[in-house]
Amino acid sequence: MQRYQQMFNRLAAEQRGAFVPFVTVGDPGPELSFEIIKALIDAGADALELGIPFSDPIADGPTIQNANIRAMAAGVTPAISFEIIRKIRQYNADIPIGLLLYSNLVMARGLDNFYSQAAAAGVDSVLIADVPLHESKMFRQAAMAHDIAPIFIVPPNVDDDDLRAIASYGRGYTYLLSRAGVTGAETQAAMPTAELIARIRAYNPAPPLLGFGISTPAHVKDAIANGAAGAICGSAIVKILEQNLQQPDKLLSELKSFIQQMKAAT
Amino acid sequence: MSELKLNPYFGQYGGMFVPQLLVPALKQLEQAFVDALQDPAFDAEFQQLLTEYAGRPTPLTLCRNLSPNPLVKIYMKREDLLHGGAHKTNQVLGQALLTKRMGKTEVIAETGAGQHGVATALACALLGLKCRIYMGAKDIERQQPNVFRMKLMGATVIPVTAGSGTLKDAVNEAMRDWSASYATSHYMLGTAAGPHPFPTIVREFQKMIGEEAKQQILKAEGKLPDAVIACVGGGSNAIGIFADFIKEEGVRLIGVEPGGKGINTHQHGAALSTGSYGILHGAYTAIMQTSDGQIEESYSVSAGLDYPAVGPQHTHLQQTGRAEYVAVNDDEALAAFQHLAMAEGIIPALESSHALAHALKMAAAATEPMVLLVNLSGRGDKDLSHVHSILAEQSTNKAAEGAH
Repeated sequence: MQRYQQMFNRLAAEQRGAFVPFVTVGDPGPELSFEIIKALIDAGADALELGIPFSDPIADGPTIQNANIRAMAAGVTPAISFEIIRKIRQYNADIPIGLLLYSNLVMARGLDNFYSQAAAAGVDSVLIADVPLHESKMFRQAAMAHDIAPIFIVPPNVDDDDLRAIASYGRGYTYLLSRAGVTGAETQAAMPTAELIARIRAYNPAPPLLGFGISTPAHVKDAIANGAAGAICGSAIVKILEQNLQQPDKLLSELKSFIQQMKAAT
Repeated sequence: MSELKLNPYFGQYGGMFVPQLLVPALKQLEQAFVDALQDPAFDAEFQQLLTEYAGRPTPLTLCRNLSPNPLVKIYMKREDLLHGGAHKTNQVLGQALLTKRMGKTEVIAETGAGQHGVATALACALLGLKCRIYMGAKDIERQQPNVFRMKLMGATVIPVTAGSGTLKDAVNEAMRDWSASYATSHYMLGTAAGPHPFPTIVREFQKMIGEEAKQQILKAEGKLPDAVIACVGGGSNAIGIFADFIKEEGVRLIGVEPGGKGINTHQHGAALSTGSYGILHGAYTAIMQTSDGQIEESYSVSAGLDYPAVGPQHTHLQQTGRAEYVAVNDDEALAAFQHLAMAEGIIPALESSHALAHALKMAAAATEPMVLLVNLSGRGDKDLSHVHSILAEQSTNKAAEGAH
């Protein structure tokens, strides 16, 4: 998980924020997914946020739900997902790789086993969408035992008690939610005010990256201007996949161009 | 982080596995529930609705003709006679009062066959709440009369096409809605499952079933029953009739899961019979899943039992040995459905028919006098066209076989 610190140090020296794209591993199939993730890196992503396909993604809107469905239909299992991630880690030794997934996939493998496999594949952080602070103890302990950063979510309705706990338990980065609801570019990010981000940063948590509804370079620019350490963008990227499933070359070129524009806004 | 007011776990099962965003909404609900339990005015209004609107207490009926064995008496707790046609009405009235107490004006619900949707719609019509109900697109096709009932009472029914288009997907969609709308909306979950505090709230708002039945059977028999039998999908009618008997250790508690086409096939909904545990819809409990942890589709002839998980307290009752869980398949439930109609002039819900089928098996095997209490959790009106088409198909098949 030291890769996050190294990334934030580098960005601080450059006086820039982080741009972190999200895709579901294995969407739309294992081979193309590997090419897609390589394209994200080549186009300038500072870190990667990768979803493991799950049958019931309750925190996701229609775009990412469909990504999960496509990957599962292509036969992508957690084992195959780890295999793809291992290849990505071989492709790039330095980029921080975060997982974003649901608790039952972790439970089914056994916590220690899951985090051990994630570490072996080269994963730096794990965010479990349906594990709030109250249920996080065994997950964050297993994560730390394998040198993986447990990531926590700061929702817009966060209270001071939770901020204190998140600052104490979180490593790597802090996932700052721009708004309520589920993932998706349909509902735009509601930009948190500079005051809110300052209040959060006063607790000295791992650097906050803003996510949910981030779909334009202006969103990235505003997030960083208001004090976030960077921005995470998922559904807008997955939409590019969805619209070009039959034309892989066009898919990869449009993807690279979008990532470059988003990164340029940092 | 601030502490919870109630224990979210039953042994090691239960919990609150939801996105962080929903934690404040669940805590607000827990607080409103704890406050309401200490407020005599809340209880008075709830009791008045149950008595004057819903028709409590429901009767206890001793079957005259059903039992196949003169040694065995079968009593039925008649939740089928409750307004709305099933036990579901009890707890939605309680949750609707909590909604008002929290100052919320809208209700979200999920429904499979439509029974919880109908109950939610009637409670919202009565108490002036705006209501939207998520229902699988497939279920909407199969359950048109219930869709019409909901609409008549002012509910908006939203089709869910994601995933398999059934109850599990309707719950997913309701939770997604709630994560955007919790400030003004209450999620009226329909069974004793899901994240804390729902399993506790639903049990507390259903436990009058067992409390009444206990007094009624003591009056009729002068003693407690030998066994209490109820069907288990998510588990709300079962926990409702079990709750007051848990401390009566001489009384066997038997939950009957939907065996579908057999628990050795993949087409069933018997989560507890599979012995597999994981997290679905906010709780750590018995679930149907692949070895990777992907949730499997459940199946049952009875839509109300067609759910790939079960409420966490049932998993705990099974683990501690206090309750037993068995599976009854589609054919056995269909036979019991017809048997009760012929023997007693009562058409049960297909869900409740699973419990009856198991009671009939126990009665047939009994060698000593025995008193059984079955929760007749709902009436069968909603199932008439479904059962009619199944029986018509069976008789066509028989005729075809006879022709060979």
